[in-house]
Amino acid sequence: MIRRSLGQTSRRDVWWVWPVLVFLGLSTFIVYSTWAAFQGRDYHFGPYLSPFYSPELWGDSPHSWFGPKPGWWPAWAPFSPALLILWAPGGFRLTCYYYRGAYYKAFWADPPSCAVGEPRKSYWGESSLPLILQNVHRYFFYLAAIFLVLLAHDVWKAMWFTDPGSGKAHFGIGVGTIVLAVNVCLLGSYSLGCHSLRHLIGGSRDQLSKAPLCAKAYQCVGCFNRRHMMWAWFSLFSVGFADLYVRLCSKGIWHDWRIF
Amino acid sequence: MVQQQATFSIWRGDSAGGKTVDYTAEVSEGMVVLDAVHQIQATQANDLACRWNCKAGKCGSCSAEINGMPRLMCMTRLNDLDLTQPVTVEPMRAFPPVRDLVTDVSWNFRVKKKIKKFKPRKPDNPDGSWHMLQGDIDRVQEFRKCIECFLCQDVCHVLREHQMYEEFIGPRYFVYTAALEMHPLDTEDRLPELKQSQGAGLCNITKCCTKVCPENIHITDNAIIPLKERIVDRYYDPLKKLFRMFRPKSEG
Amino acid sequence: MPEYAAHEYDVLIVGAGGAGLRAAIEASAAGVSVGLVCKSLLGKAHTVMAEGGIAAAMGNVDDRDNWRVHFADTMRGGQYVNNWRMAELHAREAPDRVRELEAWGAVFDRTNDGRILQRNFGGHRYPRLAHVGDRTGLELIRTLQDHGIHQGMDVHMECTIVSLLKEGDRVVGAFAYEREHGRFKLFRAKAVVLATGGIGRAYKITSNSWEGTGDGHSLAYHAGAELIDMEFVQFHPTGMVWPPSVRGILVTEGVRGEGGVLRNKEGRRFMFDDIPENYRSQTADNEEEGWRYTQGDKNARRPPELLTRDHVARSIMREVKAGRGSPHGGVFLDISWIKERLKNGAEHIKKKLPSMYHQFKQLADIDITAEPMEVGPTTHYVMGGVRVESDTQMSNVPGLFAAGECAAGINGANRLGGNSLSDLLVFGKRAGEYAAKYAKENRLGEVSKAQIDEVARQALEPFERGGSGQGAFQVQHDLQEMMQDLVGIVRREDEMLQALDGLAKLWERARQVGAPGNRDYNPGWHTALDLTHLLTVSEAITRSALERKESRGGHFRDDFPNKDDAYATFNVVSQRGPDGEMQIRREPLKPIPAELKAIIKEMA
Repeated sequence: MIRRSLGQTSRRDVWWVWPVLVFLGLSTFIVYSTWAAFQGRDYHFGPYLSPFYSPELWGDSPHSWFGPKPGWWPAWAPFSPALLILWAPGGFRLTCYYYRGAYYKAFWADPPSCAVGEPRKSYWGESSLPLILQNVHRYFFYLAAIFLVLLAHDVWKAMWFTDPGSGKAHFGIGVGTIVLAVNVCLLGSYSLGCHSLRHLIGGSRDQLSKAPLCAKAYQCVGCFNRRHMMWAWFSLFSVGFADLYVRLCSKGIWHDWRIF
Repeated sequence: MVQQQATFSIWRGDSAGGKTVDYTAEVSEGMVVLDAVHQIQATQANDLACRWNCKAGKCGSCSAEINGMPRLMCMTRLNDLDLTQPVTVEPMRAFPPVRDLVTDVSWNFRVKKKIKKFKPRKPDNPDGSWHMLQGDIDRVQEFRKCIECFLCQDVCHVLREHQMYEEFIGPRYFVYTAALEMHPLDTEDRLPELKQSQGAGLCNITKCCTKVCPENIHITDNAIIPLKERIVDRYYDPLKKLFRMFRPKSEG
Repeated sequence: MPEYAAHEYDVLIVGAGGAGLRAAIEASAAGVSVGLVCKSLLGKAHTVMAEGGIAAAMGNVDDRDNWRVHFADTMRGGQYVNNWRMAELHAREAPDRVRELEAWGAVFDRTNDGRILQRNFGGHRYPRLAHVGDRTGLELIRTLQDHGIHQGMDVHMECTIVSLLKEGDRVVGAFAYEREHGRFKLFRAKAVVLATGGIGRAYKITSNSWEGTGDGHSLAYHAGAELIDMEFVQFHPTGMVWPPSVRGILVTEGVRGEGGVLRNKEGRRFMFDDIPENYRSQTADNEEEGWRYTQGDKNARRPPELLTRDHVARSIMREVKAGRGSPHGGVFLDISWIKERLKNGAEHIKKKLPSMYHQFKQLADIDITAEPMEVGPTTHYVMGGVRVESDTQMSNVPGLFAAGECAAGINGANRLGGNSLSDLLVFGKRAGEYAAKYAKENRLGEVSKAQIDEVARQALEPFERGGSGQGAFQVQHDLQEMMQDLVGIVRREDEMLQALDGLAKLWERARQVGAPGNRDYNPGWHTALDLTHLLTVSEAITRSALERKESRGGHFRDDFPNKDDAYATFNVVSQRGPDGEMQIRREPLKPIPAELKAIIKEMA
C-alpha cells in the first residue's frame, strides 16, 4: 500500500479542527505561563498567592519560606520564585497520559489525527529515548500531590485578610479566595484522576475485593479518570486564570471584591 | 417511505491495485451502509466482495473505511451520512487487500497465538469451580466485549502508517492481554514479552483505537495505560524494584 | 483434472461455531490430528449472536434446580418427541461443560457469593441460564477459540465444503474451496464432524447470518444420512420489525426474563389471554406475580411472556392478524415500564441488556429504557437435522458425525431458549470424543479420482454460464420469499403443495445459475453453490411438514390446529432415495425408560 503523505486522508469531516484547537490552547498556556514565570513580580496580592509561585521557597513576598533570593544564586541567571518550582507541575502535565496523546498529535503530527497521513516515516514511540522518560509520570504525580496540599493551604491563607489599620487578621472571603479555591478543586479533580494514581491505588491488583479500601479508592480515582481530558483542560485554564487574577489585582488593574 | 438515491464510491480491486467505482443505490428508511453494499452486490455487481455475518454489530466482520473512518458497515446508518456527496467505502488500510472490501487479516490470528494462554490457579471448590466476585471481573468483562472487528488495529498509526507488524501487537491484543493479566484467576506472567517483543512502549496513546471501537471499550485508558503502568512497576520504577528486593513475592 | 491442495486429518470438523470448536478441542485432547474448517473467519460464527445464556442446572441461584428438572423442562418444551436419551445426557452434563468454560477463561456474571449467576428464561422452571450480560454467545465462542488455538488444530478459515467424499458407505473426506482465491482443497479424514448450524437463510425474515444455509444438513443428506424433525422450525417470537433493513434481527428473550412485557396496540398484555393447559400450573395468573418472578421471588410463578417460544410466536401472530398489532406489523415489547418498579430502572436495563440497548439505539433510533420496542417472529433455529446416535453423535453413515444445530433429537418439536448453547457444548464434546475414537479405530479411506473430478466440475459450472445464467442472488431471494409465505409459521396443505411446485421450478433455475467474474472472493459464485443446500433443506422442511398433519411445537398447521396423540409416537425422517428423490417416512420413537418417565410425571 502506498504511504500517505502529511494530511492525506479520505476523511470528510474537519478532522484538523481538534488538533488545531489543542495546539492553540496549549501554546497560549505555554507562552503565558513562561512570561508570567519570568516576571518575578506581581504574583501576590493581600493574602493571595499566584499558584505559579506557590510554594515560594525564596522570594520577596510575605509568602516566602526561606526569605529573599539566596546569595548563592548566580548573578547571570534570571531569578523568579516560579522558576524554582514550576518544573514539577509542568512535568506532571508534560508526562500526563492525556497530554502526551494530545501533543503528539497537535505538535508533532504523529499522527495529525486518526486515519490521517503523517509527515515522517520513522517512528520510535515511547520505547526508546527520549520518550521512554515519560514513564517517570508517577513520580511527578507524587510531587503534584504535595503541590495540591500546598495550594489548598494557600486557599486557607487566602481567607485571612490583614486589617491595614490594626494589623490584625480577619476571616473573610474575596473573589480571589474563590478563584484560588475553584482552582484547587479543578487541579484536584485533574490530579486525582491520574492514570498512574489509579494504578498505584488499586489498579495493579487483580483481586481488588481483597482490599476493600483500595477498591473504594480505585472507584473514586476511576470516576475522575473517566473525564481526565475535561479536568486537564479546566484545570489548565483555571491555574492560568488564577495567576492572571492575582496579577491584575496586584497591578491595580482589577479590584478584588470582598464578599464578606 | 421516503425513497432517495445515493452514490457509493466503492473500492474495487485486489492486491495488485484498484480504484473506486461509483454505484447508485436506492436508499430507504433505516438503511445502513452494508444494506447499500448488499443491494449493489445483488443487482449491479454480483462479484463485489465483502465480509459480513450478523448484521447487528455483534460479530465484527464488516469492517471497512466509510468516508475515511474505520467503521462497521452494519452499524453505520445512511441518515447519519451526507448523501449529497458520494459515500466512499474502502477496505481497511492497515491490512493487505484481497479483493474489493475484503482484506487479509490473518496477521491478527497469528499474533493472538503468540500470546500466552489463560492459566488459572487451582480450583477453589471440589467441583472445579472458583470463587470470583463481580467487582473483580467488571474490568475484564469490558475487555471481553471485544468482537475482533480489528478496526482498532486498522486505525492505529503504528500499524497503519508505520507497518510495525513484527514489533507491535496492536490495540486489540493489548485489550486481549489486559483481560488475561487482570483476570482474577490467571497466574501467567506476560509482562516481559509485552515490554520487549509486543511493543507496549510503541503506543503513543493517541486514543484513535478507543475512538473507533464499536463496542465502546476504553482501550487506551482501561487496557493499554494500565499495562504500561504494570511495565513501569516491573522495569522502570526504582522504588518498586527496591520494594521487591525485600519482598520478592509481591502480589501479581 | 482439477487442481487442489490436499490435507489429511484424523478428524475433520466442519464449522467453527460452539459445537465445532468444542468438538475440535475434545478431539485434539484425545491426541488425534484435527482440521477445522469454517466458512467465515474464526470466531465469527453465528454462535456469537446467542444472547441469553447457557442452560445448565447448577442450582446456583435456586438450589431446587437439578438435572432432573432440566430434563423434564426440555421434554415438555419439545412436546415429548425429543430423543429422551439426548435430553438426559444434556441435562446431566451441561453443568460440567459450563464450569469447564470457566477453567478456560470465560468470565460469567456472578452471584453475590461469587458463583456463576443464572437467569430466568422461557420454559425453564428455575433460573438456570449462566450468562454474561446479553452477549453470552460471544463469551462462549471466544473462550473456545482462545483455548482451541493452543490445542494444535489446523484451522482453515473462509473455506466452504461443497461435498462429502465417500468410500463405499463410509465418509472419508470432503472437498472444499477457499474463498480468498477460490482454490480447491481436498480433505481426507478418518472421521468427519458436521457442526454447520442452521437453515435460517431459507426464509426471508431470519435472525441467521448468510452462513445459515443448511450446509451440514444438505451435505449429510446427499451422503446418505437421515434427517429427522425437519418440519420443526423455531420462529423466535421477538425479532426486530422496523426499520426494514434490520427486520429479523434478534431481540433476546432476556428482555422478557428481566421483566419485559408484551402488549398489543390497545396496551393489553395479551399473553395472559391464552395459557396452554400443560403450563397453566406453572404460570402466573396476574401481572404482580409475574413481576415478582422476574425479580427472583421463588414462590412466584413465571409470567406468560416466558412461555415457550412456539407459543409466544403464535400469540403474537394472532394479535397481528386480528389487527391489534403495532404500526409495522409486530407487537410492543416494553422493558421501560420497570422504571415504575425499580429506582434505577434505566441504569438497570443498560447494565443487564447492554447490547439490546445499543442495537435499538443505533439501528432503530429507539431508547429502550424510555419506549417500547416493536417486535415480531423471526426464523431462528431448526430443531430438525441429522439423525444421530444419542451417545456418540454418529449418523447412520459410518464416519459421519453431527453436533449442534445441524444434528437433531434433543429439542423435539421446540427448543427452549438457552438449551442450544448447552447442546453445543455437551454434544460438541461427545462428537469430538467419539469421532476421535472412531478415527483411532479406522484407517484413512481412499477417495476416487472420478469422485473428485465430478465434484470439482459441478462447483465450476456457474462460471461456464457466467453472467448469462440465472442470477444466484435472485434465485435465493425468490426461494426465501416463497418459504416465508408458504411454509412459514402457519402452514396449510394447499400452500405447501404449491411450495413443492415452486421448489421444483427453483431447482431447475438453480441448475442454470451463472456467476460472473473470476474465482477470487466472488460472492456471486459462493451464493450459487449454496443454493443446493438451501433447496435441499427447504424441500425437507416442506415434505416433512406435509407429513405431520397436526400442530406441535414449532410446527403449526392451520388445517390441523390441534395436537394429535397419534403423532406423538414418531419422528419424520427425510432420506435420499436410490434415484436421488427425497423420501419421507415415519420412524417410531424409542420407548422411554420407566425412571425417566417417572421424572417427567413428577415434574408435571
